[in-house]
Amino acid sequence: MMNAMAGLGRWGMDNVREFGKAGLLLYRVLFCIPHLRKGFPLLVQQIYAEGVLSLLIIVVSSLFIGMVLALQGYHTLAKFGASQELGPLVALSVVRELGPVVTAILFAGRAGSALAAEIGLMKATEQLSSMEMMAVDPLRRVIAPRFWGGFISMPLLTVIFNATAIYGAYLVGVKWLGLDAGVFWSNMQSSVVFRADIVNGIYKSVVFGMAVTWISVAQGYFAVPTSAGIASATTKSVVYSSLVILGLDFILTAMMIGDW
Amino acid sequence: MLPQRLIETLVGLFLLFAIVSLTVLAFKVSGLTSLFPSDSYTISAAFDDIGGLKVRSPVKIGGVQIGEVTGVSLDPVTFKAVVSMRIESGVKDISDDSSASILTAGLLGDNYVAIAPMYSNTYLKNGDQLQFTHSAMVLEKLIGQFIYKMGGGDDAGQSKGEKNANP
Amino acid sequence: MSENFVEISKMSFAHENGREVFQDVDIVIPRGKMTAIMGPSGTGKTTLLRLIGGQLTPTQGHIRVDGESIHALSRKELYQLRKRMGMLFQAGGLFTHLSVFENVAFPLREHASLSESMIHTLVLMKLQMVGLRGARGLMPNELSGGMARRVALARAIALDPAFIMYDEPFTGQDPISMGVLVKLIKTLNDALGLTSVIVSHDVQEALSIVDYAYIIFDRKVIGHGKPHDLLQAAAPQLQQFIQGLPDGPVPFDYPAIPLAQDFLEGCLT
Repeated sequence: MMNAMAGLGRWGMDNVREFGKAGLLLYRVLFCIPHLRKGFPLLVQQIYAEGVLSLLIIVVSSLFIGMVLALQGYHTLAKFGASQELGPLVALSVVRELGPVVTAILFAGRAGSALAAEIGLMKATEQLSSMEMMAVDPLRRVIAPRFWGGFISMPLLTVIFNATAIYGAYLVGVKWLGLDAGVFWSNMQSSVVFRADIVNGIYKSVVFGMAVTWISVAQGYFAVPTSAGIASATTKSVVYSSLVILGLDFILTAMMIGDW
Repeated sequence: MLPQRLIETLVGLFLLFAIVSLTVLAFKVSGLTSLFPSDSYTISAAFDDIGGLKVRSPVKIGGVQIGEVTGVSLDPVTFKAVVSMRIESGVKDISDDSSASILTAGLLGDNYVAIAPMYSNTYLKNGDQLQFTHSAMVLEKLIGQFIYKMGGGDDAGQSKGEKNANP
Repeated sequence: MSENFVEISKMSFAHENGREVFQDVDIVIPRGKMTAIMGPSGTGKTTLLRLIGGQLTPTQGHIRVDGESIHALSRKELYQLRKRMGMLFQAGGLFTHLSVFENVAFPLREHASLSESMIHTLVLMKLQMVGLRGARGLMPNELSGGMARRVALARAIALDPAFIMYDEPFTGQDPISMGVLVKLIKTLNDALGLTSVIVSHDVQEALSIVDYAYIIFDRKVIGHGKPHDLLQAAAPQLQQFIQGLPDGPVPFDYPAIPLAQDFLEGCLT
């Protein structure tokens, strides 16, 4: 019994230390100002690797999500004679919740896991140590561009997700199910408020972007430098990111609900 | 690894795609008519009961939106609800004896302020208050009135009812 | 300029989890010479290189590199000092997303603002030194292990350091690659006037080229001297290591209960 308690305490302390190490990493990444001239191409490279290469999965997923929302929504709303509210239904669901959250989870699965694996592997093959011994700060050269790349890519991907999902809903609702296009768009426009809905959704995606990138980078950087360690770091980054996204989503929604 | 130039082009396209999406979201989805609020002036009206009227509820004349509600407060002296409204400057000639009432959009929709224009020659300016107001219809009061009517006009109602009951 | 490039005095080091790696160790690396640090696996030889390079800080004692106490330096000064050091890692540590040419050019691009043609010339010079000038367009995953190490060596000398550390350079090499590496390390040291430290457990190869050697065992230095003297040393630990005897002070059997007892107790559970 006492052993279990002591074990639990030790586990707790270890986790707190891990969190502290990740926090120090974040501090050093955020506050060591990179060279603007040298760092910019690296940043562009990372935005490509994390943002552009995630476009396929984001666009395809959002299209299908929009279409399914429209389909399901229409059949339920039609029972109440409220099918003209399909536009607001889809737009508000996507812009307020689905857009930021689903984009973040997909991003964590694709780009986050790639980040953790890549950084973990660089650590295991001593590339980061070589860089250090060559008097190049690996945090500035390798970690920081990846962090900022994710931070910048996430809101962009979210906005693209929102637009494509609504377009998918338009395709199903208007082209297939026969809703009037004018009614669809005008009802949507009168219920979606730019500042409260769209901008709040973008704030959410910025917060999620920071969280996902931080978790993935920290997991990769502190991974045990063996193949099992890297695999574990990759899966942990996806799992932790997903849980943190959902938790933060609740907190942010609770904070923003007043506007709605 | 793709050449650096190609990567930069693709990232540029990505950014462009995102900006276009944001613009579409802003103007087509959310009905943001312009990023800068157009010129407007503020008027107010005092109601006995505003029902479910909220900030940003529309203000309409003849069903056409001309502004929105910017604030709701309680006058501590008269205990009436004072609603302040922002009216677009394009709609300048609302006569000052117009009346404001709070109606419901559709059967179960949200409340909005409807202004019925009158014929006076003096027009509303910034800061003016509408004199004539009709409060929102509160469902409970309506039902109460209805029950009272049914119960009070008893003889008339009953005889009518008997007449109708017999085929 | 002091006669010794690296002076380690009374140094003790323990890992975060408490495991002691070194206890009261004194090592001196003379300038311009080749020194070997040898010992059985797991005695912390790579840790020693990390301590000299400033990646780790000793829990006690001093390490002076080129006259400066390396663990007391600020980040910026540390990086300045590191520009004068080169290190060859056991796995090579090549950057997998860069070609061979780019890998060797990396330190030049980072620390020296040279024109492209200068960089081109320098990189080709370094690659020529290790005999891989024709492989400059290959990617690291297309290289064999020995070739990768040679490229890593070219990268380590790109900035013409005064001091170079080799972490197990001979491990896992076929005889030809081994011969190539041995020749390279010796030639570089003599031609460039470097101070070299080789960490290895390949006794024959290492002792054939170095001027001086230290042998580390069980957290202490158990012997040091010229290769000739060490080969004839008397201490049993040294003899077991140098001659490669399977049993001696480092036992063959992992500690366990006596054999008869183990057999008898076997299936009672």
